[in-house]
Amino acid sequence: MNSDRREFLKFAVGGAALSAVGAAVLPGDSVAEAAPAKSQHRWGMVIDLRKCIGCEACSVACSMENDVPLGEFRTIVSTYEIDTGGQARRATLPRLCNHCENPPCVEVCPTQATYKRDDGIVVIDNTICIGCGYCVQACPYDARFINPETHTADKCNFCVQRVDEGLLPACVETCVGGARIFGDLNDPDSEVSRLLQEYPTEVLKPEMGTDPRVYYIGLSDYLQAKVDGMPVPWSKEEILEGMTDGSAN
Amino acid sequence: MKSNNKGWTVAYWIVVLVMLAVGVVGWYWRLTTGHQMSNYGSIIPWGLWVAMYIYFIGLSAGAFLISSLVYVFGIERFRPVARLSLFTALVALLMALLQIWVDLGHMGRFYEVYTRPHFLSMMAWMVWLYTAYFLLLLAELWFDTRHDLVRWGERSGVSGFLNRVLALGSRDTTDAAAKRDAKVVKVLGTIGVLLAIAFHGGVGALFAVDKSRPMWHTGLYPLMFLLAALVSGGGLLLAIYALLAPDRGSEQHKDIIDSLSKLVLGLVLLYVLFTFADYSIVWYGSIPLDVNPLKIILAGPFWYVFWIGEFLLGMVVPIVLLGLKSMRRSPWWVGLAGLSIVIAFVAVRLNIVIPPLAVPEIAGIAQAASSPRMSTMYLPSMMEWFVTVGIVGFGAAVYALGYQLLPVKPRVSE
Repeated sequence: MNSDRREFLKFAVGGAALSAVGAAVLPGDSVAEAAPAKSQHRWGMVIDLRKCIGCEACSVACSMENDVPLGEFRTIVSTYEIDTGGQARRATLPRLCNHCENPPCVEVCPTQATYKRDDGIVVIDNTICIGCGYCVQACPYDARFINPETHTADKCNFCVQRVDEGLLPACVETCVGGARIFGDLNDPDSEVSRLLQEYPTEVLKPEMGTDPRVYYIGLSDYLQAKVDGMPVPWSKEEILEGMTDGSAN
Repeated sequence: MKSNNKGWTVAYWIVVLVMLAVGVVGWYWRLTTGHQMSNYGSIIPWGLWVAMYIYFIGLSAGAFLISSLVYVFGIERFRPVARLSLFTALVALLMALLQIWVDLGHMGRFYEVYTRPHFLSMMAWMVWLYTAYFLLLLAELWFDTRHDLVRWGERSGVSGFLNRVLALGSRDTTDAAAKRDAKVVKVLGTIGVLLAIAFHGGVGALFAVDKSRPMWHTGLYPLMFLLAALVSGGGLLLAIYALLAPDRGSEQHKDIIDSLSKLVLGLVLLYVLFTFADYSIVWYGSIPLDVNPLKIILAGPFWYVFWIGEFLLGMVVPIVLLGLKSMRRSPWWVGLAGLSIVIAFVAVRLNIVIPPLAVPEIAGIAQAASSPRMSTMYLPSMMEWFVTVGIVGFGAAVYALGYQLLPVKPRVSE
């Protein structure tokens, strides 16, 4: 009994010492530390726009899971009313961090607070981030923001805390139409890999050379043309003008 | 004349004290409530403070490069303003560092850039280069003034004490020592020129490497930043020298003003050319993400920042005042031209930072959520203004004290 307890104490103390060393050596956020040194995985997401109904359940689930402050979003479904040849229709564009293969945000960070894990997830260590906002500017997808509560850069991290425990990201788990599919791109049998093989997919702003790991099925031409940005407030006339511009390009 | 000067001094200090008081309120708000009272948000995360930071750092680089005309390139004509330029560079650098420091989300974490720098980031380079430049400025200024610090140290009162302390125990006033000082200053100045080009071209690059903002993403930017530094730094020195030099009214003063005016005029004209090259090519290409910020600059809700600030005050006024020979001989008009440039470049810097951010990279993002932080409209909040006013007041106070107590005044010829 007594020796058992001693064993237990030894284990506990050793464990504490080990984790203290871990905290001193490894930068930052405990979720990032939990990832294995060389990951077998390559996480990615496919968004099937044909199935997105624009309900924003993903946005809400994300904000709940990640405690995102009011008025900011790690993921959101941008919705557009579009006039296609005299016919009104609604287009939805779920947006999140693209977890780019070549992330422009990582390059510009002055303190290495943001980095890409081996499994491809781009994370921010918010104990090191100085809150300069440079990465927010550098992201071509407006995916980042300065969290008004932590004063550090913030964005989608594919819910690393869940993924590392074998769970799905909150947005994927909650998606009503099953439009968001998450999985391992390294695994040829995963659902994301199969979808990428079976369907033509597109990424946002491929010309940026960022090589996103979030792929869209059914990212139609007019929507792709819409995402080149437009000053606001904009009117219907301007949207139409933008569309003709887009098709001319 | 004497009493008139006194009146100006009193007025100056009243203004400075008011600015400092405003600044104390602003800094109190900033330090106690963080960024809650700011108007920059998610769409426009960089605002007045970043613009003012590149403005101050530009003044510093410009003033420093002008001092190097004398110390490095041996253009003796500008000798009387050389040391004042160095001092100006130092004060402007302090203002710039304060301004960008207060913009950080975590002011207490700035040391992370020293302890774990990421040298692929232009911003990490900036911090390291500023540090080197700051030390170099202190050293160069010390060697340049050492001789006078020793002599002024013999005075009584605050000035004497301050000069004795700053002389760091040095007592050598021999010619040999003076010669050695000049040599050291030349070496430091030469390194400094490279540093100034690196760090201010680097600030341009900090914006230019951002490929997701096409308006910034141009190879012209580092060069344009250097030129802007020279114009604004030159304008500031022109104003200070024309209006404050002790030998105002003398022939020598008029001659130097004339030369300095021509220099600044040339730089302004070059800046007009650069601006035209930049804007016209953006316009010709008319890629939406590229040209929409330009449309905001020229005809957006803040059109006057360009048309009155940049165009009228930064181009028309200095070109007319410095271009006409009769005007150029009058210290008042030249000083006015200098002040006009100094004000105009605040507008230039605002237009560099803000309009390219006001065009979201993904259309409709500002309408997607209803939040004051998701807005493409940005006007600095009162807290932001107060903090910046405080920094200007701080700079003005340090400058005036230095001017009064230290041997940095423009030298009157022997």
